[in-house]
Order: sequence, then structure tokens, then C-alpha cells
Amino acid sequence: MSANEAWMLAGMVAVTFGIRYLLFGLADRIRLAPWLAESLNFIPPAVLTAITLPAVLLPRGDWFVSPANPYLIAALLSLIAGVVTRKLLATIAIGLVGFLAHRLLF
Amino acid sequence: MSDHRSGQADTTTVDGPHDIRQEAPLSNQLSALQRDEFVSGVRDTLPLLLGALPFGLIYGAIAATSGLSIAAAMAMSVFVFAGSSQFIAVGLVAAQTPVAIIVLTTLIVNLRHLLYSATLLPYLKDLPQRWRIPLAFWLTDETFAVAVHRFQRNDSSPCRHWYQLGSSIAMYLNWQLWCFLGLLLGNRIPDAQGWGLDVAMPVTFIGMIIPFVKTAPMAVCVLTAGAAALLTLALPYKLGIIVSAFAGIASGLTAQRMLRAKTRTTRR
Repeated sequence: MSANEAWMLAGMVAVTFGIRYLLFGLADRIRLAPWLAESLNFIPPAVLTAITLPAVLLPRGDWFVSPANPYLIAALLSLIAGVVTRKLLATIAIGLVGFLAHRLLF
Repeated sequence: MSDHRSGQADTTTVDGPHDIRQEAPLSNQLSALQRDEFVSGVRDTLPLLLGALPFGLIYGAIAATSGLSIAAAMAMSVFVFAGSSQFIAVGLVAAQTPVAIIVLTTLIVNLRHLLYSATLLPYLKDLPQRWRIPLAFWLTDETFAVAVHRFQRNDSSPCRHWYQLGSSIAMYLNWQLWCFLGLLLGNRIPDAQGWGLDVAMPVTFIGMIIPFVKTAPMAVCVLTAGAAALLTLALPYKLGIIVSAFAGIASGLTAQRMLRAKTRTTRR
């Protein structure tokens, strides 16, 4: 494990446990504002999208919007599969198969 | 009929088991109750263990292609123990994101646990720290869902926290097992990254995003976050991810407010 990885782990442990323990530790002394509680639901999809879209459209750091981009094809296939089947495993499997097929064919 | 039944129930609780309980030593009774709560916590979590299985395996497999060492990927499961944060951290490591941004993103992604602990707090606030600390560490979406159900059943069991402990430990051991197997599998595939199997990460994330997008405000949030991520690519240190997340959250909240205001006026 590199020093960089150790710092990352230490930081992640601190913030994850910190948040989980914050209210248990402080007991009744703080209360969440309603708008804050409401905004929490939006966080996971917002962060996931912000990571995924550039990873698909710029897979090696440069714009690559073309049918020749296997990441883009895989993402579109899994998006369709996910909307139709609503099953995580089917979404992943179809994306992976589409990606491998694209690489073998082109 | 109902009167009769409740009358009967009253007699059994007052006369029947009550007498028997008084004969057994108090400590025995208590430890039997603790064991019962623990076991039902584990039992009610079983279906969710199955649900976590693919995520654990996939986390391990993705971590293996992200450039993270096996030791660090496994240590993350053991010490951080937060599925979505682990996935996101691995995705950010693959995108060569600085450590500070990874930690900050983890913080933001985990803020939803505030909601969980706020909900559970009334039931746990009288417990000593040696209970509060491990229950906080082991708090996950799944254990929260199961435990809150148990706590909201109105009975006077003094050992309901044992139920949460059972659920927590079941989730924890299950997650470690599947992450470990996923890492082993991921490392068996030679040159997985060169093959482009890093596509597993975006494809998994797409599968995780879709179930969230059930309402118009959520769609607004996701579209805004995506557009913002593409517009902020030039920002240093991958700060664009954080900026985009906030843009998505703000737009989603705004859309929700507008929608609510609209339904209010149409109702009038």
C-alpha cells in the first residue's frame, strides 16, 4: 500500500465514521434543517452522474463522441437495458457484452 | 369477537408467561432476549445480504482494474465499510483524482447517513458509548432500513439495540466476504485494464443511477449534474465533480420546490 493510499483511507475512515457518529455522539443537541434533509436524497445520483458522464465521453481524457467509442456504446446499451429491465445485474451484463462485442467487431 | 380476543390476550400476558418469567433468574431472561433480538436482526437482514452480493463482487473486480492495490481496496472495505463511497472512491482513483477531492467527495456522499442517525437517535441515545460507537460504524442503508422497522414496532423490549447489532454484523461479514472474492476474481483476469474492463465502472454506475430517477426533480438533478460535469472539465484537481454535484443537488431541490408550488396552486 502506498502512502497516498494510506492517506486516502485515513481520510475516508475519518469522514465516514465522523458523519455516522456525529448525531449519535452529540445526541439531541443538533437538528437537521428540512431543506438539508431533503437535499441528501439528491447527492448519490448527482455524484455518480458527474463521475460517469466524463468517463464515458472522454474515456482516455480526450473527447471521443463517436460510434467508434466502445465506452459510449456500452453506456448507451446499459442505459437502455437498465430502463427496460430495472435490474442492476442485467444492466451491467449487457453493457459489458456490448463493450466486448464492439471491441471484437471494430 | 374482537373484545373476546383482546380479553383473552390480556389474561395470557398477565397470568400465563408472567408467572413463569418470575421464576427464571432475571439475567437469564435478559440474555435470552438479547440472543432472540440478535438472531432476528440477522434473520431479517438475510435477503439484503443477497442484494449486497453482486455489489461486493463488482466492487472487488472494479477496484482491481482501478490501479488501487489489493491491500488498499480490502482495507477500504474493512475500515470504511460504505458501499457507495467505496465505488465512488475507486472510480475517482481510476480517474487519477487527488486524495483531498476523494475524501471530500466521500464526505458529501455519506451526508445521507445524517438522516439515518437522526432517525435512529431517539432509540439509541440512552445507550453507552461502547454501543453507540460500533452501531455508528456499522450503519448502512440496509441496516438502517431493517432497524428502523424494528424500532418503530411499539413494544417495550429493552434489547432492541441487539437487533440492530445482529443486522450490522451480518451485513459487515457478508460485505467483506464478497469484496474479497471480487478482488481475487478481478486480479485473476490478466491485464483487465488494458482490455478495457474498466468499462465495468461506468456501466455499474449507470445501473445504480437509474433506480433513483423516479421523479421529475431527480431527472433534473441528474441532467444538471451531467451537463455541469462536462462544462467543468477544465477545473483543476477534478474539482468539477464537486461543483457538478452541488449544481445537480441545487437544481433538483429547486425543481422540487417549483413542482410543489405548482401542485399547491392547482389544488386551490
